[in-house]
Amino acid sequence: MRYLEAMISIECRNISKIFRSPRGDTEALRSVNFTAADNEFLCIVGSSGSGKTTLLKILARVLEPTSGEVVVHSLNGQQPRNALVFQEHGLFPWMTVLDNVSFGLEMQGVRRKERAEAAHCFIRKVGLEGFSRSYPFELSVGMRQRVALARAFVSNAQILLMDEPFGSLDAQTRLLLQEELLALWTQERKLVIFVTHDMDEAILLADRILVMSGSPGTILEQIPVDLQRPRDPTSEWAESVGLKKEIWTLLEQDVRRRLYRSRP
Amino acid sequence: MKTSRISAVTAVQLLIVAGFLGTWEGLGRAGLVSSLFFPAPSVILGTLLDLFRSGELVVHLGATMSRMAGGFLAGSALGIMIGLPMGWSPRLQGLLDPFVAALHPVPKISLLPLVMIVLGIGEAPNLVIIALASFFPMLISSLAGVHQISPLYCEVAKNYGATPLRMFHRVILPGSLPLIFAGIRLALNSALVVTISVELVAAETGLGSMIWTAWETLRIEALYATVFLTALLGLSFSLILNSLSRWAIPWQVRS
Repeated sequence: MRYLEAMISIECRNISKIFRSPRGDTEALRSVNFTAADNEFLCIVGSSGSGKTTLLKILARVLEPTSGEVVVHSLNGQQPRNALVFQEHGLFPWMTVLDNVSFGLEMQGVRRKERAEAAHCFIRKVGLEGFSRSYPFELSVGMRQRVALARAFVSNAQILLMDEPFGSLDAQTRLLLQEELLALWTQERKLVIFVTHDMDEAILLADRILVMSGSPGTILEQIPVDLQRPRDPTSEWAESVGLKKEIWTLLEQDVRRRLYRSRP
Repeated sequence: MKTSRISAVTAVQLLIVAGFLGTWEGLGRAGLVSSLFFPAPSVILGTLLDLFRSGELVVHLGATMSRMAGGFLAGSALGIMIGLPMGWSPRLQGLLDPFVAALHPVPKISLLPLVMIVLGIGEAPNLVIIALASFFPMLISSLAGVHQISPLYCEVAKNYGATPLRMFHRVILPGSLPLIFAGIRLALNSALVVTISVELVAAETGLGSMIWTAWETLRIEALYATVFLTALLGLSFSLILNSLSRWAIPWQVRS
């Protein structure tokens, strides 16, 4: 196993999740298995309701799996930290940009001056210099998502877990932020697990794509993306068309099934 | 733009007050309403100034304010201290909910005789009743304040490794602050109502006792003047709270 030699790795072993409620149980995930390691960029693609978010929350240890386990392994023996980035940015409305970005460090007990320095560095990297004293409501949606990126990167987390972070942005802003994310990822070399329903986004970003189908959420296929980096989102490559077809063939049935089932 | 719109609203409000008082004054002077039951606003204002000058009003106003402050601070502090944990823990809420539901609707002033029997006549029962009147609105608002915090924020904090103490300090407390402020507003009103009520029945000092004395001696102008002052007190609390909440919750989006 090459993962045994990895600096850090995260492994899902037979993860299942059942949400119990008085109105009946919902099986959200069934025997999900995969491993990601080091500075891999892993995308999880699936239609809405395929359990992607649930899986990510279990990886983030915000949710407990019903069965199975998440094993995080690190060569230096320390438990690697992870940071979650949500679709709706999840910035605290009552904190300034600076306080939001340095929140992770604050929770780790880093002193105020040090964490402000680190935060300022990343605020600059995401192009928000001069906004550190602003509150989230004073920023545009794109700027807020940048703050959320900075917060995740500054927190010293080795594993970044992103739940459709650019889902609510317009297409142009999304392109820009995808580029910024890739730049940050190239500089900081972190393991990223990125959930999206956008096949183009997954192909642009990922080293490897996990295709999920829902009810219950299972992994259909793992597809390596061997396109050269940096990838230009504005030009078409022959390989990406093939990849997109492959993903769509896997997803189509699931999407159709949901479409007709959800009709009244 | 914004300031001019605000001042336009203020102008209309002042116009309404001026129109109302002017009509009243005019009707009184024309002899269309009895000046015994409806003394003209100018007469009431004169009485108010006289009461101030004689020092009588200052003493009573001070008594009301300190009584109210004591009860309000104790009651609302306790309300926050119980309301926030209740909002956080469904178990604690389940335990205490029926008691709150049963005790909240009881008119607090109706408990005064009971409290007097237990604590004896004096200032203590008054303070207890005012505290009780501030306690419930504060408890319910801070409980609701915790409930309306999106679980997303707790997940983020948990993900970044927040300890329970830090979660409280950085998420729960600031997140519920807007509703805590709404609670302060309700509790302050409730405290003012009950303070005046308590003074009507069981105090030698305060605006409430002034109102009662004025009624017993048929000093109708003094009656009006004191009621007017009570309303003014409520208004100034509201204005102070507005600017206080702008300072304490700078991140709240205001329409």
